[in-house]
Amino acid sequence: MPNMNTRRKRVEVFAQGNEAIAEGALLAGCSFFGGYPITPSTEIMEVMSQRLPPSEDGVFIQMEDEIASMGAIIGASLAGRKAMTATSGPGFSLMQEHIGYACMVEAPLVVVNVMRGGPSTGLPTSPAQGDVQMARWGTHGDHSIIVLSASTVQECLEMTVVAFNMAEKYRTPVILLVDEVTAHTREKITIPYRDELEILSRVTPTVPPEWFKPFAEATRAVPAMAPIGSGYRIHVTGLTHDQMGFPTSRPDEVNEAMKRMFRKIDQFYGDIMMVDEFMTDDAEVAVLAYGSVARSARYAVEQARARGVKAGLLTLKTLFPFPRPAVEKLCRRCKHVLVPEMNMGQISREVKRVNNGYTRVRTLNRVDGQIITPSEILKAIL
Amino acid sequence: MADVTQLIHEYLRHNKKFPHVFCPGCGHGIVLGSLIRSVHALQLPKDDVVVVAGIGCSGRMAVYVDFNTVHTTHGRALTFATGIKMANPRLKVICVMGDGDALSIGGNHLIHAARRNIGVTALVLNNMIYGMTGGQCSPATPQGNTSMTTPHGSLEQPFDAVELVSAAGANYVARGTSFHANMLDRLITDAIQHPGFSMVEALSPCPTQYGRKNKFRDAVSMYEWLKKNTVKLENRKEDDTRIPIGVFRALDRPGLEDRYAELKASLRAKGRA
Repeated sequence: MPNMNTRRKRVEVFAQGNEAIAEGALLAGCSFFGGYPITPSTEIMEVMSQRLPPSEDGVFIQMEDEIASMGAIIGASLAGRKAMTATSGPGFSLMQEHIGYACMVEAPLVVVNVMRGGPSTGLPTSPAQGDVQMARWGTHGDHSIIVLSASTVQECLEMTVVAFNMAEKYRTPVILLVDEVTAHTREKITIPYRDELEILSRVTPTVPPEWFKPFAEATRAVPAMAPIGSGYRIHVTGLTHDQMGFPTSRPDEVNEAMKRMFRKIDQFYGDIMMVDEFMTDDAEVAVLAYGSVARSARYAVEQARARGVKAGLLTLKTLFPFPRPAVEKLCRRCKHVLVPEMNMGQISREVKRVNNGYTRVRTLNRVDGQIITPSEILKAIL
Repeated sequence: MADVTQLIHEYLRHNKKFPHVFCPGCGHGIVLGSLIRSVHALQLPKDDVVVVAGIGCSGRMAVYVDFNTVHTTHGRALTFATGIKMANPRLKVICVMGDGDALSIGGNHLIHAARRNIGVTALVLNNMIYGMTGGQCSPATPQGNTSMTTPHGSLEQPFDAVELVSAAGANYVARGTSFHANMLDRLITDAIQHPGFSMVEALSPCPTQYGRKNKFRDAVSMYEWLKKNTVKLENRKEDDTRIPIGVFRALDRPGLEDRYAELKASLRAKGRA
């Protein structure tokens, strides 16, 4: 098919982050949204409630709570849909058991968490980045997971598409973390055409049902997935299961299943790890940031350069698996690295782990529901 | 008996995970039999049937039957069932839950599934106790009864699932028991055929956990109790204190998935697609 990009006028709109996330989901092929309203994520749900019912096979359902929302999207995912929910801190807490279930049954789906101040009901309309470690470790048990973030409205759209692609490719829940500032900032974005984007869908089985092993070892360690109702009568369970999907507690089978689920994400680290580098080539001081803080940091880095300080910025777009190679490279080279974040140090903890004594890791934390300003970061750089 | 053997071979995953977990005298096997006979009577293709189960003894049913089966989390089976039904309304979704599942942790989901009138058939296996967890009291344990967590007798009033689900707005609500197996077959068949949300509560004895702690000599005495203490709705007199069984509510309002399809069609007609 010829590339039509040059002949079409791109659609540009003035949108907020939440609207861009909904737009990205629809572009990625999301046809099922189940959710429960919560500030500051609600606009995602509102857009989906407008846009899904008229679309060909779109389903929107407002569930009775966040636990039900997660249950519904897992069910929809098992039935072959690309499914999503969106929430904020307290809702995300409620979803955790089912996020674990989704990991265990390898259901591809996307959970957007627009972070607000916490813990508990906290600061509903103020920004925070306090759910970073919960996104990684919130559910019980040992598991691998993919956590992404976005720092601009355009990135909200793009990272949602990436989130769906990764979910489908690796058969896993993907968490997209956004903070309230990014979610509610309005700016001009360009909506790409669907054919400009690479849209991935899960691999479905090609073998006859009697040969099919729903949780078999496979290329890339990601088994093919048969939608419910397609003639493959499989059993899906949150219990540790064998390759046929039936419960097992045989140590060799449990070990194999658990290791494969880790491997399917860990071995494609290079593909999953996404970072943006800004003036890091010759940087002596590196700022590591994500979300709206990365935008303040970018301005601060520019200001520092204007004053002759060799500063650079590494924006983390993938938070987990933690982008170790990119961070390690800067830690080895810089005089110090600075990690500003709107929590008490949830990513700086990862940076310190990766740093392993190479350099000095400095932190800049704010938990008062206020954004971190460029001047604060600049002061810390200088 | 030949017929039964045939059904076992047709509908059970006979090469998998047997012997089953149900204790001697447990009523759950009878309910499972009713479920299979209902699907068979309706000639539903196995590929179109989805059994979604919660946690506990009843939850294990999903492993044994050769349909599309999903063994979910405790109490949340209906939420998964809702997602599956809305994602693919063609499927016959049957949700198997225990009384703890449906009435305690999943109480909210039960009333909301009924309110939405989603086209799912809920089978609530009520043995009035937490069986697999070891005999603790449930929201269906009768007042005064003893359990591992009510050693001095339960002070709380139990839920009446039939009244609860009727009030919440389900289309079809019925109660049967595993003593009245033929009647249970009819109720489940009826429920599956009904549009919208249907619930069949099946009183199902748990001799091991409930019977042992509440002075039932053996499993047989529990079935005798069911026989003596239940009354068919049509035979019920006004001052009857026995548990009524039968069909309490049977409406034909369209299910949520049908209303959703109508909405889509009307949006398309208006050119909103």
